[in-house]
Amino acid sequence: MIETILNRILVSIPVLFGVLFLGFALVQLAPGDPARVQAGPTAPPEVVEQIRAEMGLDQPVIVQFGKYMERLAHGDLGRSLISNKSVTSELAAAIVPTIELMVASLFWSIPLGIAMGTLAAVWRGSLFDRFIMAISVAGVSLPIFFICLILIQFLGVKFPLFPFIGRGGPLWTMEGLSHIALPALSLGMIFIGPVSRMTRSSVLEVLRLDHVRTARAKGLPEWQVILRHGLRNALIPVVTLVGLQIGYLLGGAVVTETIFSYPGIGRLAVGAILSSDFPLTQGTILALAVGFILVNLIVDILYTQLDPRAQKT
Amino acid sequence: MVDPVLSLRDLDVRFNSDGHQLRVVNGVGFDLMAGQTLGLVGESGCGKSVTSLAIMRLLASPPAEIAGGEVIFENRDLLKLSKREMREMRGGRMGMIFQEPMTSLNPVYTCGSQIIESLRRHSGLTGKAARERAIELLDTVRLPSPEKRVDDYPHQLSGGQRQRVMIALALANDPTVLIADEPTTALDVTIQAQILDLLRDLQERTGTAVLLITHDLGVVAETCQAVVVMYAGTVVERGEVGAIFADPQHPYTVGLMAAVPRMDALQGRLTAIPGSVPPPWERVVGCRFAPRCPLADDRCRNERPTLREIAPGHEIACWKAPIEGVSATGGQS
Repeated sequence: MIETILNRILVSIPVLFGVLFLGFALVQLAPGDPARVQAGPTAPPEVVEQIRAEMGLDQPVIVQFGKYMERLAHGDLGRSLISNKSVTSELAAAIVPTIELMVASLFWSIPLGIAMGTLAAVWRGSLFDRFIMAISVAGVSLPIFFICLILIQFLGVKFPLFPFIGRGGPLWTMEGLSHIALPALSLGMIFIGPVSRMTRSSVLEVLRLDHVRTARAKGLPEWQVILRHGLRNALIPVVTLVGLQIGYLLGGAVVTETIFSYPGIGRLAVGAILSSDFPLTQGTILALAVGFILVNLIVDILYTQLDPRAQKT
Repeated sequence: MVDPVLSLRDLDVRFNSDGHQLRVVNGVGFDLMAGQTLGLVGESGCGKSVTSLAIMRLLASPPAEIAGGEVIFENRDLLKLSKREMREMRGGRMGMIFQEPMTSLNPVYTCGSQIIESLRRHSGLTGKAARERAIELLDTVRLPSPEKRVDDYPHQLSGGQRQRVMIALALANDPTVLIADEPTTALDVTIQAQILDLLRDLQERTGTAVLLITHDLGVVAETCQAVVVMYAGTVVERGEVGAIFADPQHPYTVGLMAAVPRMDALQGRLTAIPGSVPPPWERVVGCRFAPRCPLADDRCRNERPTLREIAPGHEIACWKAPIEGVSATGGQS
């Protein structure tokens, strides 16, 4: 097990390298001039040029990237051009809110999606099944920003149940909980659709298998047959799906955090990109990439726990 | 005479598909005596598996529907039991082994835990006692080093070993009746013999009555005391194994026996019964075997024969019986 994990971490290094390089190249392509940003809108051109030289921005991209990697190897992510704080401290401040948002979104949406999918499979063809599938199609097709706006409109403005601006505090406080409710509700919506659909089809498939008949032949009550021998096996592809969907979740977090002015990595990234703050942009890309790789590692470990046949590979 | 532990009376099973009713099992009846092994024989699609699943009430409904008949087990009609009462029977007093050992065990649980699940359900054993009983059961089915195998997952075992686990599972709560649905069909020939040996042995030791479903007459001859021959959803011949093998009377049984490859006939083509089983949606007025029967005449085609006794312990549904001088070469090549 430990060997597998180490292996995966080693494999992720080239992935990270690639992501960073792509990010670096994209930042270069993006409009906006970091030197101009640093110098201020009224600075004369020669000052801007001087700053450009100081920042090393007049050198070829590949040299800049090499220098960036060299600093990165020392744990130095640079300083934000806007706030002049170190990127590390900016990321550190934003990472906890984002993790909280992820956890809060997944906490309600995955169990609910799995429960909805399982019930839809058990009552296949019923009105309930059709209702659930309609919801899941809506969840898949509605863009996240639209869900956010609808939730703000109804649960924030018309019936002001929850605040919808900023973060109220740590997740375990009442303030924190009420502030995270709407963003987590919006973000979790992304999951409901795919998870419930995948669970439904997976449970239907598993319930047709021979070992389920064996479970029935043992005289187990139907709910045990469905949960222990149906759902338990059906979760294997669902976990894979969730792992893949986390990518969307990170993307969705960028939109959700921006709309709800929630101080997480996503909003940090958007702000950094819009203000041509390239060290901070690079930092957020790095953080998101690491997060994605970590989540996939966790999914892989979960996978081997769920499916004993995957352990000996 | 011993009492039957399991009696089927006029069992009718239908499948409803797209508004059509397919009569898959038609008035099937037989008695399984205590301590006996009864072979239920017939070619693929004749309704023998459906019959066995109907006894356990494991047919998915819809599309299947048990349209009539009785399944008497311990003086109660299983078809009239509530779902809860039926679950008490399944895995408790009635065990079942399936054809496909590769897929009949759940891949995500260890073999031991799947046996323990059944022990907990019916015998109320938990914890260490259940585990020890599971190991004991695996030892009974002659799985090597059972104390290690108990923690193995099904994919770590071979097909024959998995079938042994299935047998242990089916026997976990000392059932009165064991239904084995083609338990050796998916296995290598050498493993088949071992599994049959094991079943015979366990049967002798525990006195469990076994309903053995097979299409292999060789298996019947080796393991069974009585045999029921099914054709197209009906029973065409039933009786003691000795009587039927010595003097098969139904032309279908005769044909089946002729189709068994023989060591002493090394030359020539294998014998086959011409034609094929009529599909269940075809309305047959007379004997269902008539279109393939070399002896069929007008009466056979127009009037359905019912089971009648032609010798003690030997019943047959054929107008032509008893026929003199029919031998096991009666089928056409």
